[in-house]
Amino acid sequence: MFVLMIAALLFLPFITDALLGRGWVRIVDFAMLYIMLALGLNIVVGYAGLLDLGYIAFFAVGAYCYALTGSPHLALAFPMLFPDGVHLSFWIVLPLAALIAGGFGVLLGAPTLRLRGDYLAIVTLGFGEIIRIFLNNLNAPINLTNGPQGISRIDPISVSGVSLNATQEIFGITLPSVHLYFYLFLAFTALVIFISQRLEKSRIGRAWMAIREDEIAASAMGINTRNLKLLAFAMGAMFGGASGALFAGFQGFVSPESFSLMESIMVLCMVVLGGMGNIAGVILGGVLLALLPEILRHSVVPLQQALFGKSIIDPESLRMLMFGGALIAVMLYRPAGLWPSRVRRRELGSDEADEKV
Amino acid sequence: MEIFLQQIINGLVQGSVYALVALGYTMVYGILGLINFAHGEVVMVGAMLALSALTAMLGWGVPPLLALLLSVGLAMAGCMALGYSIERIAYRPLRHAPRLAPLITAIGVSIVLQNLAMMIWGRQYHSFPMLFATSSHVIGGAIINDIQIAIVILAVLIMAGLMVVVHRTRLGRAMRAVAENQHSAQLMGVDVNRVISITFMLGSALAAIAGLMVSANYGLAHYYMGFLLGLKAFTAAVLGGIGNLRGAMLGGLLLGLIESLGTGYIGDLTGGFFGSNYQDVFAFFVLIAVLVFRPSGLLGERIAERA
Repeated sequence: MFVLMIAALLFLPFITDALLGRGWVRIVDFAMLYIMLALGLNIVVGYAGLLDLGYIAFFAVGAYCYALTGSPHLALAFPMLFPDGVHLSFWIVLPLAALIAGGFGVLLGAPTLRLRGDYLAIVTLGFGEIIRIFLNNLNAPINLTNGPQGISRIDPISVSGVSLNATQEIFGITLPSVHLYFYLFLAFTALVIFISQRLEKSRIGRAWMAIREDEIAASAMGINTRNLKLLAFAMGAMFGGASGALFAGFQGFVSPESFSLMESIMVLCMVVLGGMGNIAGVILGGVLLALLPEILRHSVVPLQQALFGKSIIDPESLRMLMFGGALIAVMLYRPAGLWPSRVRRRELGSDEADEKV
Repeated sequence: MEIFLQQIINGLVQGSVYALVALGYTMVYGILGLINFAHGEVVMVGAMLALSALTAMLGWGVPPLLALLLSVGLAMAGCMALGYSIERIAYRPLRHAPRLAPLITAIGVSIVLQNLAMMIWGRQYHSFPMLFATSSHVIGGAIINDIQIAIVILAVLIMAGLMVVVHRTRLGRAMRAVAENQHSAQLMGVDVNRVISITFMLGSALAAIAGLMVSANYGLAHYYMGFLLGLKAFTAAVLGGIGNLRGAMLGGLLLGLIESLGTGYIGDLTGGFFGSNYQDVFAFFVLIAVLVFRPSGLLGERIAERA
């Protein structure tokens, strides 16, 4: 079963390419990025039970880290300091991006995590918006982020000297760029899944779940709730930052537009819909929601065209409407998600919650 | 000096609006211990409803004052219905669920409202129609117009009215009782669900008025206007001490002042490095600062930490 799955995943880009075309391989690549993000957020929301509504901000931090260090932008903005730009290797920037995003996580989490969870939600919501204001406006008087135009011509990621941005031939198999990135993202997703799994079973993971279920009881058991919540939040941020760097390298271009509140909501939806705290569920949620906009784009517009002769509802807002509705419906009728974890199902499914006031 | 006075005036006007919206957050929080994330969107819906009604009625030739009153009434009724439904659909079934659940439905509701509004009213800005010939007054070099004066006076009246309702009426006593302890209130014969519904409706009515005020002040309304406004009003509520009515009013006014003075002077203070385009950042830093130094807010007595 396991071997079959791995084989299927390895052939996935070729199958997609053959059946649906090259554009869809790109979509699958983005779906992998979203799954990584969702798994990162799962640590925060699913394991530790902290609601982070500005998760995409950490993704943005990571993306801009690589965008600044891997593009000619700094050379143009500060010709005196960096005559040729920085052009650090992606593999140096990746841990840096994760660390910086994690630092932001600590900065945000430290003041809010000793308070009730609601405050964290609103502070992260605000942070997601603030980071966009800064990215949009830090082009004057010193051009750091290039404002709304964004940063382009970011160096592609290369693995041991082989650039992933060109078609490569390995063992006689021709691999286009999107395929190469797919395997890179697959490797990273596997790593994130591995870390998540180990975390879940570890002492730290069990402490997180104890905090999620009852913070007072957890602290009575000797768990340092504040530090552990901070750790969960910072770790989630680190995963977000690392995915951001991958995104920047893959896309070759970043702009503040990619990091709107709606993206945060989308990632949150993946976690909530799939099943908070359950890795398989989160992956399911990620796949469903990452492919949904494409499916909508290919079905809603033609359908409306056929029915009414014109497009009345654009797929973008329909998608957001469905996300919002899904968040409400899942919480009301299936609070543990489509594919809940066993612990979570026990926790949310029992009547015991009713007694707690 | 003129700039200073001007920023004070702008801050007071903006602050009155924040205060009205903050009251909605703080009332719900006081009673349910829940942050109603969707409140900002209720403000937006109120503004949009009022604006559409106003434009339509002016088109039919209804006299401006009557049209204004009717559309305020309509917006308030619409928002009250909306507030009631939000509570019934998204919060009541989850009253005893884990904390995370109502927060997630709240964000779901606000996404739904935002996108419905975008479908109905489109992405464009809607401009507020000219109703009366408004005149501007000069006080010590600073300018204040009739709309701004009306906003401040109206806000003060509404807040005074709300205080009377909460502290002098039977309903108000029931509200305070539910806030104190739901179970005891129920044992004393208070219809808890009804009180909660009424609280939501009251807050939403205030939100409708606030929405109309914002769009009258700036002359614009937009489907996205509720998000940042809600965030700032929440900050105002936290600044004053969430759950505390007087705190929300004080917090709203203070935040309005901080924001407008900050925006007015940030350019000079940072040597032109940061400009007025950072206006929306102040509220956020105020929020962080309050949470670090005084999480219970200026007038809040209860410690905010309650698991």
